[in-house]
Amino acid sequence: MRKLLLASVAFGVAFATPTAAKKDKDEDKPAAATTVKAAVNKDPYPSTYKAYPGSPTIIRNVTVYDGEGARFDNAAVLFRDGKIEKIETGKFEIPSGYVEIDGTGKWVTPGIIDVHSHLGDYPSPGVDAHSDGNEMTGAVRPEVWAEHSVWPQDPGFSRALANGGVTTLQILPGSANLFGGRSVTVKNVYARTVQGMKFPQAPYGLKMACGENPKRVYGGKGQMPGTRMGNMAVNRATWIRAADYKRKLDKGDAVTRDLQMETLAGVLSGEILVHNHCYRADEMAQVIDMSKEFGYKVSTFHHAVEAYKIADLLKDNGICSAMWSDWWGFKMESYDAINENIPLVHRAGACAIVHSDDPNGIQRLNQEAAKALADGRRMGIQVADEVAWTWLAINPAKALGIADKTGSLKQGKMADVVLWNGNPLSVYARPDKVWVDGALMYDAQDAKKRPVSDFELGQPGEGDVK
Amino acid sequence: MKPLLLACAALMSTPAMAQTVAITGGRLVVGDGSDPIDNGTVVITNGRVTAAGKGVAIPAGAQTIDAKGKWVTPGIVAGFSRLGLAGVDAVDASNDTAARGAAFTAALDIAPSVNPDVAAIAVNRAAGVTRAIVSPDAGNGIFGGQGALIDTGADFDAVTRARLFQFVEFGEAGAQKAGGSRSALIAGFRNALTEAREAQAGVYREDAQLKRADAQALGAVLSGQQKLLVHVESAPDILGVLALKREFPTVQFVIVGASEGWRVARQMASAGVPVIASALNDLPGSFEQIGATQSNIGRMKAAGVNVAIGMIDDNDTRQAQQSTQYAGNLVALTKVPGATGLNWNDAFAAITSKPAQIMGVGGDVGSLAAGRRGDVVIWDGDPLEVTSGVEAVWIDGVRQPLTNRQTRLRDRYATPQEQGKPKAYDR
Repeated sequence: MRKLLLASVAFGVAFATPTAAKKDKDEDKPAAATTVKAAVNKDPYPSTYKAYPGSPTIIRNVTVYDGEGARFDNAAVLFRDGKIEKIETGKFEIPSGYVEIDGTGKWVTPGIIDVHSHLGDYPSPGVDAHSDGNEMTGAVRPEVWAEHSVWPQDPGFSRALANGGVTTLQILPGSANLFGGRSVTVKNVYARTVQGMKFPQAPYGLKMACGENPKRVYGGKGQMPGTRMGNMAVNRATWIRAADYKRKLDKGDAVTRDLQMETLAGVLSGEILVHNHCYRADEMAQVIDMSKEFGYKVSTFHHAVEAYKIADLLKDNGICSAMWSDWWGFKMESYDAINENIPLVHRAGACAIVHSDDPNGIQRLNQEAAKALADGRRMGIQVADEVAWTWLAINPAKALGIADKTGSLKQGKMADVVLWNGNPLSVYARPDKVWVDGALMYDAQDAKKRPVSDFELGQPGEGDVK
Repeated sequence: MKPLLLACAALMSTPAMAQTVAITGGRLVVGDGSDPIDNGTVVITNGRVTAAGKGVAIPAGAQTIDAKGKWVTPGIVAGFSRLGLAGVDAVDASNDTAARGAAFTAALDIAPSVNPDVAAIAVNRAAGVTRAIVSPDAGNGIFGGQGALIDTGADFDAVTRARLFQFVEFGEAGAQKAGGSRSALIAGFRNALTEAREAQAGVYREDAQLKRADAQALGAVLSGQQKLLVHVESAPDILGVLALKREFPTVQFVIVGASEGWRVARQMASAGVPVIASALNDLPGSFEQIGATQSNIGRMKAAGVNVAIGMIDDNDTRQAQQSTQYAGNLVALTKVPGATGLNWNDAFAAITSKPAQIMGVGGDVGSLAAGRRGDVVIWDGDPLEVTSGVEAVWIDGVRQPLTNRQTRLRDRYATPQEQGKPKAYDR
């Protein structure tokens, strides 16, 4: 499909479905020579990520949270060729040719997925020269792509891996804009290029933002929006343009390529997932209505500190909430945050996710989940540990459109696996080993298995425990 | 919120009127680095701890609280914070952390800026934080002004010790404020202390750089009456502070931040300069933190540095409640090969007795040793474990309310849908 699309790039524009592309091919040369109904290449910066080699591995005598809500005690996890094979309990024959790890007293989980990171586009060191997360030159910037800002040498990736057990993350543009641009989902494996980190076949996301940030940034420049109603007006006017653009595409009209509209038409056709920064309950409700007005779907409200006020609405609309456990009060729209937000959303039957938006927080997402879980239990919301792990695994995978590939230890999925040296819902636990696609990318027992970015090479603390 | 607090404050008695309380049967942590004591008792009389340990006699007439199965500890002391200085950080009018347009610097006294009504006070109280070292941020110059020790009690009497210390910004931020370089910073600092000395002698030069009030305020720093909290992160900048200590031997330096302290831990230990360090900085967030690692505190401690945990520039207006989690993470490091953490006792001391002792108030707060203020917390489990919660808090021997606007919102929205009336009527 990808090669075909590349081959068919030409002057005309169409958002090719696989069928359309196939049709181009079927019509073959005569058509190609004349009026090419050419498709835009939707993947012009394709992933070059390839899993590193790994050994067939069995981790025995562990407690397993499978990421979809199941728990296995005294179990064994097997993976090979980069894929999960199975979880075994009870007695079984250990297959030959496997690296065998005794995990007595330890836990195995799927790698943590952070749906909200700015590693790479707001990297360390946080100097102005690296500040590439927000294209603050216009409230409507769906044409920018986060991957064009991500610096793959951000030292933060290594901390997220070694201390946080994070194997997949979505890197988003910032929230100064109503339409902030496309996100990129990456595997947490260092590469020379961002293409080398890109999660194969992950859909794009579109970052949008409600509330204080867009109106402050642009209102402060004397531009629209300067109010929340201005936010909505600019949003709606933009969706009207996008709908018009898509209508032309669907009709087969020739249109001039427009990077803004290509992204938004991708949202309207369901190929690009909306990740909407939105704190307040009333604003989330406005966005839900707007999405219905223009016929698109919000995948996830990010930050969502007031999700608990409308947990029923979020469930009814099938929208995930990406939340913190106890971060609050830094700005007006975070004033009503409560520690029980995550468990309340979960109890309502809506999709709950623990996210970071922070290069430190991403190292402790397991602890954030544990805090929320405990606060929920204290108010009578009984969620099992293994169910709480869905907030870090399958739920974010669903929000990113990659749940068929990762986010749990189901057979055939990517072997993105963390062996924790204790109960990962405790402050005292740390990753002992982390595999990405079955390759051992971090090992606490082996200093050579600690990634060191180019930036840190030859500087104080190179290769240190972090 | 405010009427509620006022009502609580009216009900709350002053420390002198606090009754005698004996908390029995719990796992007692004194906070001085000693082992927890199973089935221990702590007695608070007239707002002060009178006894803590095993087999402690319970005075007649004491109110007895059964803490069997619980943990009983001193309240958490936020080692470096800006607690009480902001209602909402980004709402400038509610945020008194820095005074960038002020005419004065060192003369500023943070006490009038401490607002016991801000939500952060009640939220942190409910999380077991009972005292906080509260510092101004540097505004219009390198000196931020004079910080305080406060409590988080539900009353108007927040400030325990005003003008406890002076805060000065060094490192990258200080260099920028001083004109653009460390050379300018150090020259400005030297001159400030020179002008302070002249002010003590009643001399005010025409070409003085400092306002008279600022120079006078620095007299307490120069004489050593007031500690000087210096924010530095890099190893070379820390050595620079140690050099200043040799130059100004009467100044009582305390280093704050110290992300690269481990690189010069031996020098810090032999200079006897204590540190209130950030616990979990492990990113090269700036060029002064290139060597940051979570093993920093453990390595400094192992080298003999007197070290506590603080939270400079880390959500410091609101998140002192994370002190326990930070300390717990340092314990976690003891199981990571190659890392250096703290044992549990030292980790807990790093957020209770250590910051108090470094700030010179260790005889007053930060532990359950007899004579200390009656700041006691009952936890439902290990206080450094993220899943544990606070069940009861006393400050100066006065039982504290644990509700706050977060718990009120939680209760209002336990069921999100309206139940026959708008949520506004539901309380």
